[in-house]
Amino acid sequence: MGDLDFDVIGRALPYLAHGMQYTVQLTVVAFAGGVVFGTLLALARLSSFKPLALAAAGYVNLMRSIPLLLVIFWFYFLAPVLLQSLTGAERPPQIGAERSAYITFILFEAAYFCEIMRAGIQSIAKGQAAAGFALGLDYWQVMRRIVLPQAFRNMLPVLLTQAIVLFQDVSLVSLLNVTDFVGAAVKIAQRDSRVIEMYLFVAVVYFLLCFALSSGARRLQLRLAIVR
Amino acid sequence: MNFDIFFQQVPDGDGAWWQMLASGLQWTLLVALFAWIMAFALGSLVGVARTTEKRWLIRAGNAYVELFRNIPLIVQFFLWYFVVPDVIPAVKAWVITLDPTRHQFFTAVVCLGFFTSARIAEQVRSGIQSLARGQRNAGYAIGLTQTQTYRYVLLPMAYRIIIPPLTSELMNLIKNTAVAYSIGLTELFFRTREMGEMTFRYFEAFAAATVIYVLIALAANRVMAWIERRVAVPGMIAGAH
Amino acid sequence: MRRFNFAVLCAAVMLCAGHAAAQELSGTLKKIKETGVITLGHRESSIPFSYLDDKQQPVGYALDLCMKVVDAVKAELKMPALKVALQPVTSSNRIPLLQNGTIDLECGSTTNSVQRQEQVSFGPTYFVINITAAVKKSSSIQSILDLNGKPVSTTSGTTSVAEIKKLEKLKGVDFKEIYGKDHAESFLLMAEDRAAAFIMDDILLAGQIANARNPGDYRILPEILRTEPYSMMLRKGDAPFKALVDHAIGAVMKSGEIDKIYAKWFTSPIPPKGINLNFPVTPVIRDAFKNPNDKGV
Repeated sequence: MGDLDFDVIGRALPYLAHGMQYTVQLTVVAFAGGVVFGTLLALARLSSFKPLALAAAGYVNLMRSIPLLLVIFWFYFLAPVLLQSLTGAERPPQIGAERSAYITFILFEAAYFCEIMRAGIQSIAKGQAAAGFALGLDYWQVMRRIVLPQAFRNMLPVLLTQAIVLFQDVSLVSLLNVTDFVGAAVKIAQRDSRVIEMYLFVAVVYFLLCFALSSGARRLQLRLAIVR
Repeated sequence: MNFDIFFQQVPDGDGAWWQMLASGLQWTLLVALFAWIMAFALGSLVGVARTTEKRWLIRAGNAYVELFRNIPLIVQFFLWYFVVPDVIPAVKAWVITLDPTRHQFFTAVVCLGFFTSARIAEQVRSGIQSLARGQRNAGYAIGLTQTQTYRYVLLPMAYRIIIPPLTSELMNLIKNTAVAYSIGLTELFFRTREMGEMTFRYFEAFAAATVIYVLIALAANRVMAWIERRVAVPGMIAGAH
Repeated sequence: MRRFNFAVLCAAVMLCAGHAAAQELSGTLKKIKETGVITLGHRESSIPFSYLDDKQQPVGYALDLCMKVVDAVKAELKMPALKVALQPVTSSNRIPLLQNGTIDLECGSTTNSVQRQEQVSFGPTYFVINITAAVKKSSSIQSILDLNGKPVSTTSGTTSVAEIKKLEKLKGVDFKEIYGKDHAESFLLMAEDRAAAFIMDDILLAGQIANARNPGDYRILPEILRTEPYSMMLRKGDAPFKALVDHAIGAVMKSGEIDKIYAKWFTSPIPPKGINLNFPVTPVIRDAFKNPNDKGV
């Protein structure tokens, strides 16, 4: 390892930081969007209206059986064409890899968040919802005020674990040439021919961040467990 | 959508595009199979280690799981393929003697094997810990050694309990093989992209890949469900449905 | 059909009058006029054609030439404030991104091939490369055929891939191809002895060698697998824009301004590390400058 040149990292730090910023942004947006859409999907899956439940289940199962990479490429190449035919625009809208990734990750992660939230909703005793209805609340009031807050709280550790997985999965967009953290490192590695140094650096940074996050999630889990 | 494209010859290659996809599928399944065997064996060992009474074993097991769970898969591929041969001379000397395709295959199996084993270790640990403490004590009480207690009492029950999460790990593994395209292994996703790039028929290529991946996932799911039914112990939770 | 003829007539009349009115515009020029933006596709590590400098800004020989086209567009559309957007592309996504309208002009190191001409159009040739192989000086390889049965690296998505396969069929040899995602990875595979040679365009090999830790360890074989012209890509079937590109680049070549731009990137120190590629104009390239053309191979 004697002849490795780690100066390359110092020179590229601003660029790498910029990449990390995109990685964090995409993670946060995809998490928020994914939880919202995933919760709606979970409600649909639990709905007594069969076609809705089936459609939601079909969507979730489809998303969960194909590789994320494939989904990323689907949206990247085909979303502009689909949008064009939907809106009847003269030319395909400019989406770009950076923006298509937001849509991709929200739609993909929603399938996983759906399953988590479904388990969360099912963990709430049926009597609670029944009590809500007896008080005269409607479906959305019962969900919003009684069931979902508890489901969310019960599932918080699992949601956080999934968020860490998401944070790591974001690195796949680098294969679309997007400048996320890994993408930034790969680009510097290519330009300066310093592949080994950059890949090692990325691994160390990701490990430290994810390790800190997952330790935090575990501690939270312990605290929640005591409260319950 | 036009299916003719699958029967068109690959330029400068041998065979039609459907044959390219089929050969990609073959690699995908081979990598998944070998990585699963490796992950299952290693994951079980590490999972068991984390439930023993030896502190250093628990620590080592925890460190193992943290290491492989906290680095993105694509970065792990880069590490195994580029960094490990560069920093370990013995690995480099061995790698040079290998056929490049075989090397990519080994790398993919080892990388996915370790990555998945950390997840299986986590499932095995939680499966064992979900068993009543009395089971272990009963094993010791009737004179079994620790190894025998794991072999005949704890693991048979724990494995049955964790079949559903193992099923999703198997499906994850199959999906994760697509990342092996980043080191140039000509698996299904590699062939799909190649077909898109060379024929510009991205829609057909991706649609075919989507159908194939869904079918594999479905098959894996059915196989695991069949195993679950086959090994179910009447009256136990795992066999309840 | 009558309306079509009428439109053609209108366009012809207005073109003759040298008058650029918005309604006569079509294709890329129309899009640029309407959006106020021209989007250039650039590479990130194609030294010295199109890559990121130390401030991570895209620079390079191809970008300098594309900016000449941008100047011509500004003049043609009378839009001095035209915005230039820069979009990174790779060897595998450059054509789809051009086709789907994400980029308007690709400024990189793209071979003008007959096969690609079915999908896109090309501007005048601005560089000519030879596909050849880089090997270690310490190796005994003297010719590409010596590589029979040995591992050979190349970059996926490039014309070298097909060239290697063709050579194998033609000469009955068998290479063990290893594909790198990009040139740095392909070069690393060769530098680490995992591949006996890296087959690629000579100028890109020179760039990788200049960037290596010990540039003196490598050499480029004199053998040439194929000679290929590089050019900028634009959308197919867009005659007005194609004419503008041809005219703008042709003028740079005819006026001799091209020599200055060439010298800046190929025979002087370039960012980010101040390396000099020392790659003077070859006779073939000189010829392309004298007779601007878009002939593919």
